[in-house]
Amino acid sequence: MSGRLRLLPVFVAAYLLFLYAPILLIPIFSFNNAASTTFPLAGFTWKWYVTLAGNTVMLDAARNSLIVGVSVSILATLFGICAARAITRYDFRGKRLTSGLIMAPLFLPEIIVAISLLMIVLAMGAELSLLTVILGQTVFCIPYSMAVLVSGFEGFDRSLEEASQDLGETAFGTFRRVTLPVVAPAILSSLLVAFTISLDEFILAFFLTGTQQTLPVYIWGQLRFAAKLPSVLALGSLMLLASVFLLTLAEIFRRRAENRKILQEVPHG
Amino acid sequence: MADRSMISIHGISKYYGPYPAVSSLSLEIGGGEFFSLLGPSGCGKTTLLRMIAGFVEPTDGSIRIDGQDVTGTPPNRRPTNMVFQNYAIFPHLNVEENVGYGLKRLRLDKTEEKRRIGEALEQVRLSTLGSRKAHELSGGQRQRVALARALVMRPKVLLLDEPLSALDKKLREQMQVELRSLQQAVGITFILVTHDQYEALAMSDRIAVMFAGKLAQVATPKEIYQRPVNRQVADFLGGMNFLSATVTGDTNGKVAARTDIFGDVVLEKPPGFTVVEGKVTLGMRPERLRLLWEGETAAKEIRGTVSNRHYFGETTHLSIAVDGLSAPLSIIETNNYGADDLPIGAGVRLAYDPDALVLLAE
Ligand SMILES: Nc1ncnc2c1ncn2[C@@H]1O[C@H](COP(=O)(O)OP(=O)(O)OP(=O)(O)O)[C@@H](O)[C@H]1O
Ligand SMILES: [Mg+2]
Repeated sequence: MSGRLRLLPVFVAAYLLFLYAPILLIPIFSFNNAASTTFPLAGFTWKWYVTLAGNTVMLDAARNSLIVGVSVSILATLFGICAARAITRYDFRGKRLTSGLIMAPLFLPEIIVAISLLMIVLAMGAELSLLTVILGQTVFCIPYSMAVLVSGFEGFDRSLEEASQDLGETAFGTFRRVTLPVVAPAILSSLLVAFTISLDEFILAFFLTGTQQTLPVYIWGQLRFAAKLPSVLALGSLMLLASVFLLTLAEIFRRRAENRKILQEVPHG
Repeated sequence: MADRSMISIHGISKYYGPYPAVSSLSLEIGGGEFFSLLGPSGCGKTTLLRMIAGFVEPTDGSIRIDGQDVTGTPPNRRPTNMVFQNYAIFPHLNVEENVGYGLKRLRLDKTEEKRRIGEALEQVRLSTLGSRKAHELSGGQRQRVALARALVMRPKVLLLDEPLSALDKKLREQMQVELRSLQQAVGITFILVTHDQYEALAMSDRIAVMFAGKLAQVATPKEIYQRPVNRQVADFLGGMNFLSATVTGDTNGKVAARTDIFGDVVLEKPPGFTVVEGKVTLGMRPERLRLLWEGETAAKEIRGTVSNRHYFGETTHLSIAVDGLSAPLSIIETNNYGADDLPIGAGVRLAYDPDALVLLAE
């Protein structure tokens, strides 16, 4: 019994090390004053970050990623809102099947989704561009957005809107003063989650893009040149930071939405 | 009681598909009245209340509030406010902001707004909790916020849909007393929906008993309880002993009948009552029958034997088998004299009051 208790922390520590040590190497080497990624470290430097700032190809890729990320998060959230509202507000035949099918891309191999989308785009004779990346990633992000939104909307009770109307508010005023603020955390959370997924997404972006590339695709291209590795690490560190920041923000909003949901269950006493 | 008519409902119906949830119902409710809609689940109480509030459009008929025809007026332009069953407290606002929600549209000046919010919170004894977030409140406190939020609008009519059903028994009984005294303090018309007969009896000036979308009886609590018009109402409002009797005389306002155990009795006819095939059903509440102990006598008594006994703490419910009756009589005794110790099979005498018998339509 006590032996097992002592083993557990060791196991957890090993697990966390295995999970995070490789990731932690990226920021460490991004500050290393040498072109190779080997120990011992050769002193601290900002220079890889400075070269990054002057790299116009990289900056273009970053701009593309931003355009794609913002578009995807907005589109996925809009579709997610429609789906989540239908699922939480109405009862219709085949509701379970429909929501199951919407969630399915979560579990399909991404490369299969990517190839099938590519085939369709090519069959339609459409040109590969950022637009095709946006559409592909939107399909891929909708299930994530919907999952976040359904959990947020489930807390939204129709009687809140009725109470507002009962207190003299118009339909538009009710939307502005009740509906929007109550579901806002879930919507923000969905936007952030979709943006973060899009920012890191490689396979769809790789298959569906034309000449314009997003950051992950750019990074993949850079890996062929050993000398470029430290700047890639600097870029990777920045993206890591951005992802962690955005997901933390998303989690904060999700919890706030959760708090509002708990309120709907009236406690006794 | 009712000074003048505050709500006047005329021939109102609501159909969901081919089925009426409420069917051609007419009702007058007075100003300052505490009025309860009582009935079993699914009888249309909520539908009726929501038609008064404006959330449900009647299929037929009209509603006037304080002389104004409001049929077709949306809820935000009716002089009514509602306390929802789940309270519908706005989760993103604190207590004061919840209470002030409706005032915002009136564009009062800030001090006046603050004063009215403070006054409303005081009325429901929540003054110290103004800055609490909604999810930090207990069920009872949320209920008070919902009340204050509606009362602060100074509606002509306050509508309450089962406002106490989510509370535990103790708190519910305390809130019944509070709600009643609050209503008397503010003096506006309250319409309460409930399926709890004790709640309706304890709080109301008048009660409307509903079955299947129709009104069965509208009267004061005492009248409803003591003089139910039919078997269904009698049954819904508590225990009742039913007896059949043979009609021996049928005049304008009264019916004379012969019973197997209470002898010949004369009963008042409820409005619209007609005798069918010379038989009528009579009812007597269990507490109107009383056990007679050794040495006690009464003007009217009958004999029987104890056939069943249920202990309820302060009272004991006894079933007494009487010769000539197919079903035993139920009686309720307070546990002062040892009714809780009476063995099954014991012979007892019961005192009864023939005036407590009522004539019941089927
Ligand atoms: N929106 C609706 N669509 C279809 N039928 C409805 C709707 N609302 C109510 N009904 C039906 O109308 C009838 C009356 O419903 P209502 O909610 O008024 O009952 P109630 O007396 O308030 O019952 P409870 O005590 O259970 O709340 C029920 O049979 C119900 O199924
Ligand atoms: Mg109801």
